[in-house]
Amino acid sequence: MAGSGADHNGPAVAVSSLGKRFGTVEALRDVSFEVARGTVLGLLGPNGAGKTTTVRILTTLVRPDRGQATIEGFDVVRQAGEVRELIGLAGQSTAIQDELTGRENLEIIGRLAHLGRRRARARAEELLERFGLAEAADRRARTYSGGMQRRLDLAASLVGAPAVLFLDEPTTGLDPKSRLDLWGVIRELVAGGTTLVLTTQYLEEADALADEVVVVDHGTVIAAGTPEALKDRVGGAVLEFAVVPAARLTEAAELLIGVGDGPPVLDEQEARLSLPLGRAGTAAVVAALRRLDEAGLTIDGLALRRPSLDDVFLTLTGHRAEQAVGPELRR
Amino acid sequence: MSATPVRDPGLRPPRPPAGPSPRPGQRSGPLRRLRVALGDALTLTRRDMLVWTRVPTFVLFSVIQPVMFVLLFRYVFGGAIHVRIPGGYVNYLTPGIIGQSAAFASFSTALALAREIQRGVVDRFRAMPMARSAVLVGRLLADGVRLTVTMLILLAVSVAVGFRFRTGPGDAIGMVALAVAFGLAICTVAGFIGLAIRDEEAVGTFGLIWLFPLTFVSSAFVPVQSMPGWLQAFAKNQPVTIVIDELRALAVGGPLVLHGWESAVWLAGIVGVFVPLAVRAYRRA
Ligand SMILES: Nc1ncnc2c1ncn2[C@@H]1O[C@H](COP(=O)(O)OP(=O)(O)OP(=O)(O)O)[C@@H](O)[C@H]1O
Ligand SMILES: [Mg+2]
Repeated sequence: MAGSGADHNGPAVAVSSLGKRFGTVEALRDVSFEVARGTVLGLLGPNGAGKTTTVRILTTLVRPDRGQATIEGFDVVRQAGEVRELIGLAGQSTAIQDELTGRENLEIIGRLAHLGRRRARARAEELLERFGLAEAADRRARTYSGGMQRRLDLAASLVGAPAVLFLDEPTTGLDPKSRLDLWGVIRELVAGGTTLVLTTQYLEEADALADEVVVVDHGTVIAAGTPEALKDRVGGAVLEFAVVPAARLTEAAELLIGVGDGPPVLDEQEARLSLPLGRAGTAAVVAALRRLDEAGLTIDGLALRRPSLDDVFLTLTGHRAEQAVGPELRR
Repeated sequence: MSATPVRDPGLRPPRPPAGPSPRPGQRSGPLRRLRVALGDALTLTRRDMLVWTRVPTFVLFSVIQPVMFVLLFRYVFGGAIHVRIPGGYVNYLTPGIIGQSAAFASFSTALALAREIQRGVVDRFRAMPMARSAVLVGRLLADGVRLTVTMLILLAVSVAVGFRFRTGPGDAIGMVALAVAFGLAICTVAGFIGLAIRDEEAVGTFGLIWLFPLTFVSSAFVPVQSMPGWLQAFAKNQPVTIVIDELRALAVGGPLVLHGWESAVWLAGIVGVFVPLAVRAYRRA
């Protein structure tokens, strides 16, 4: 390929020290990461973290104020034309024409990708088939369910057979079943060798799909690594439970200070406590239960679980990614 | 050649997975670029027109409103408005309504572009190797078709309520062409508004308001001479009056040359200012 992208052997996506300000809002302060070809990077962060801004810079929609980014060796600012040949984007909102059918939507994208009439038609057919939309192909997209619209949007981003795909919160707003469906589709896609950059507020989603996770908060990368490595930073399992009466939850939390491998965490919304056990292990479980029992508290819905990325987030930032966790994923 | 791996094997990518793609836009002459840009624009024109055929109520309403104006002014206000023009008030009114409707038709341009930005459609297009001009040009071409259809329906209704051309067929065609050109010029302003505001609801609320003073404080419905002096100064010299006077001259006769020149200069001025502004807003969207 032309330019510095010729015989590119480096990472599919390379981002260094990106900074971007909108008026007084510092959307990105310092974001750097790399994505190896054929792997999935999960860009994880709460509302306003800077995920969309990062994706918009990488997809040539916004110019960074500082720093540099390349896609397959092509600079997103100076070689935007080349970059656009290589990427696909499914943005945060579904960019679908409601009044047109799924087939028409995809065919138009194909024409705009300069596939030519026949190839655009064939490509639309293939993608409809693949995304389970063949039966609904000739119905207006308006009549599609949320999950189908998301799949159609994803299909549209694939019309040009991109080498690097960007999905900005692909499953936000979907019910758990549609989310799992879409995860399946994304996994298949990745198995085919596409490099994927995926943003999500769902900690489980990054865990389920990503090879590497970059955690952003307030425009800064606060952690990066495999989901497993991140979990190891929290260390060990987490004890989770509710107490009866629920009104004494705070009291319970105070009782458990110093028992685990970190302070107990109170989730007032769900009325649950979680205690990182870490190296304290089973001894901590016993100690915790004894203390609660002595205080006359009954334990309800006790669970021992592997630390989630939610716990990682808490450890890293000191605050919970509250708004970031979909209620339907909470149990 | 590139080390890009084969991807998407289940789908057989239509592009070869390695090597420079024969895509336009790079290393191609300006003529080829222009052809590609026109092709992209026409694809979007077809899309916009397809959408209209799916939403018949939209087309209906965009015609019903001006038809209502024709009927209201012809039968309700018309009797109270005195003009000296061959054929009476209906001949005065029709070119005015044609001009006003052409301007009002731009509202949906602003709405549609704001919606496309808000929904992320523009993001998708801008991240593709397609012409930057296509969204705007494609929309304007479709608007040209829509305007022509609207103008012809409006003329038919006007004829039904008594309007008659007092000039030749050449002038009549000229009138429709000028009305469409005027409507398109206003569409570039509306396009800029839609692309700059980027919020469908805000555009829905404010997208039309600026056109009310411009079209009503003009010679569209009443002679400018009937307005108070301070208002006349504005009414006489603003582009809507100038274009409508020219439309009227083309319909029922009158001094063509002066208004014709002025109209052309105004339209060129509007397009010359607002197309670059709209393009800039699109790039920043
Ligand atoms: N065009 C813009 N103008 C002004 N501020 C902006 C603009 N785009 C983003 N911001 C601000 O920059 C910050 C980062 O926004 P961004 O959309 O990148 O976050 P995000 O991580 O995608 O959030 P979410 O999960 O809500 O989508 C936010 O404070 C946002 O308000
Ligand atoms: Mg976002």
